[in-house]
Amino acid sequence: MSALTFTLKTAPQQRVDLSALTPDALADKSLADIAAIELPSGHDKPRVDTLFDISGDDASDIVIKNATDRLDYIGHGMRSGRITVHGNVGSYLAFKLRKGEIVLHGNAGDFAASGMAGGLLHVHGNVGDFLASAIIGERRGMKGGTVIITGNAGERAGDQMRRGLVLIEGNVGSYCASRMIAGTIGVMGTTGEYLAYGMRRGTVLLNNAPKLHATIQDCGSHTLPFLSLMFKSFRDLPTKFAAVNRNRVQRYAGDIANDGKGEILVFK
Amino acid sequence: MIINGVSIDDTFAEAFGMRGTRVIITAQNLKWAYNAAQAMTGFATSVIACGVEAGIERELAPEETPDGRPGVSILMFAMGSAVLMKQLETRMGQCVLTCPTAAAFSGLEGGDRINLGKNLRFFGDGFQTSKVFGGKRYWRVPVMDGEFMTEETTGMVRAVGGGNFLILAESQPQALAACEAAIEAMKKIPNVIMPFPGGVVRSGSKVGSKYKSLIASTNDAFCPTLKGITKTELSPEIESVMEIVIDGLTADDINKAMKVGIAAACELGAANGIKRISAGNYGGKLGPFLFKLREIMSGDYA
Repeated sequence: MSALTFTLKTAPQQRVDLSALTPDALADKSLADIAAIELPSGHDKPRVDTLFDISGDDASDIVIKNATDRLDYIGHGMRSGRITVHGNVGSYLAFKLRKGEIVLHGNAGDFAASGMAGGLLHVHGNVGDFLASAIIGERRGMKGGTVIITGNAGERAGDQMRRGLVLIEGNVGSYCASRMIAGTIGVMGTTGEYLAYGMRRGTVLLNNAPKLHATIQDCGSHTLPFLSLMFKSFRDLPTKFAAVNRNRVQRYAGDIANDGKGEILVFK
Repeated sequence: MIINGVSIDDTFAEAFGMRGTRVIITAQNLKWAYNAAQAMTGFATSVIACGVEAGIERELAPEETPDGRPGVSILMFAMGSAVLMKQLETRMGQCVLTCPTAAAFSGLEGGDRINLGKNLRFFGDGFQTSKVFGGKRYWRVPVMDGEFMTEETTGMVRAVGGGNFLILAESQPQALAACEAAIEAMKKIPNVIMPFPGGVVRSGSKVGSKYKSLIASTNDAFCPTLKGITKTELSPEIESVMEIVIDGLTADDINKAMKVGIAAACELGAANGIKRISAGNYGGKLGPFLFKLREIMSGDYA
């Protein structure tokens, strides 16, 4: 069996919702059935085969080629298998992902990993704003799983994040970890303004000293034993964080305007 | 059956079902891991008055522990799950939470999950935080030396307690030397502990007493000083009897420990005053596990 491959014929004029193309949704479908699936796109519902050339037959291993930033909701609610995407994608990548693995070789738009509850999202590129955050009207962002971004993330990464692990090897924009409820965010590069604004609980792990606002408080330098445990849990992840093994950090707590039980740990 | 001049009685040890758990204690170095572990397993020789029987199973190298620090593993056994959970929590709170640099982790993956640090977190008075790594929840409690870290739960399994054998010798020093040799050998067996001081008990008991308030009293049939006035089990040359009690996660673990222990005692042999190996039982009617000495010593357990 070879990977079920969708090769985009031409870039669509409208945004296309690819929620229907997940391994579990396609598990028992024939190629003809898959070709006939209608994908929401503006006012239209184009069939899959009008947008994509389809090849292969293993629905548990889906490959999307020639992707563009108008393809939204890739891996929406996925519960098993693997999706590999080549090219840029639109918003809501790995939206409400439950289980399985999504690997993107390209850049993603806003709200990647929003509402994600499990599994792995690995982006070899940059992501837009609101990574692992709550969509408008939701009160919780990412609820579990692991996100690895090899490039940069935009603003509001981890907004209202509830649980899980986000590792960003590049830089992040402003308001990273804003209103964060719990979980862990690691950033190897730089962070923007208002880091941890309204942060309630959780951990932000930084390589570079951030610019902090007034309601984040310095708690001094510490050697924290739990970091050994955390880095051990990173060992098998495909990220530069897997090689980190330092547990001497400067600890900042906050946002004290919102309970103040969050922490920003900066490697010494 | 005679091994190196030591007579093996045709009898058996009678053991009971218990609940057991394993906890891994780590610290900055082995010295402090031992300090915590020895406190936690202190006053835990017999369920009769201590609630639990506990002991240090073995040392753990840094690469064997969850947090990469040196540590020791502890086994703890009780007659019921409620007692075990209560004792575990109490001992964690008084002996591990209090011990500088010490941290506690689950030592059993399977079994029923029971609280390890789940309630100790409230010592943090609201400053405690939790982290989930690899599906396991850990608690970080701020304390004066930094942070106390503990896994939320550990495993509890059905286990076996009360495996035992008696070493009968011509003198007290000789009995003790045989016990020491046996304990050294038995410490190498995983999944078992010998809960009494140094692994050895000199006050073996029988069920009941002439005093109504006591449920157990001295095992007069094995007391050498009473040879002339009681229905003794001892021949004239026996001057001292000591017992080794074993608790294990499974009956097979106890079998293995008894085999190597008895073999080590017998290695000293009759030439060193070791005359007989016997075992304590209640006629085989009370305990579901019978460890027959001759079968163990002729079997292939170690």
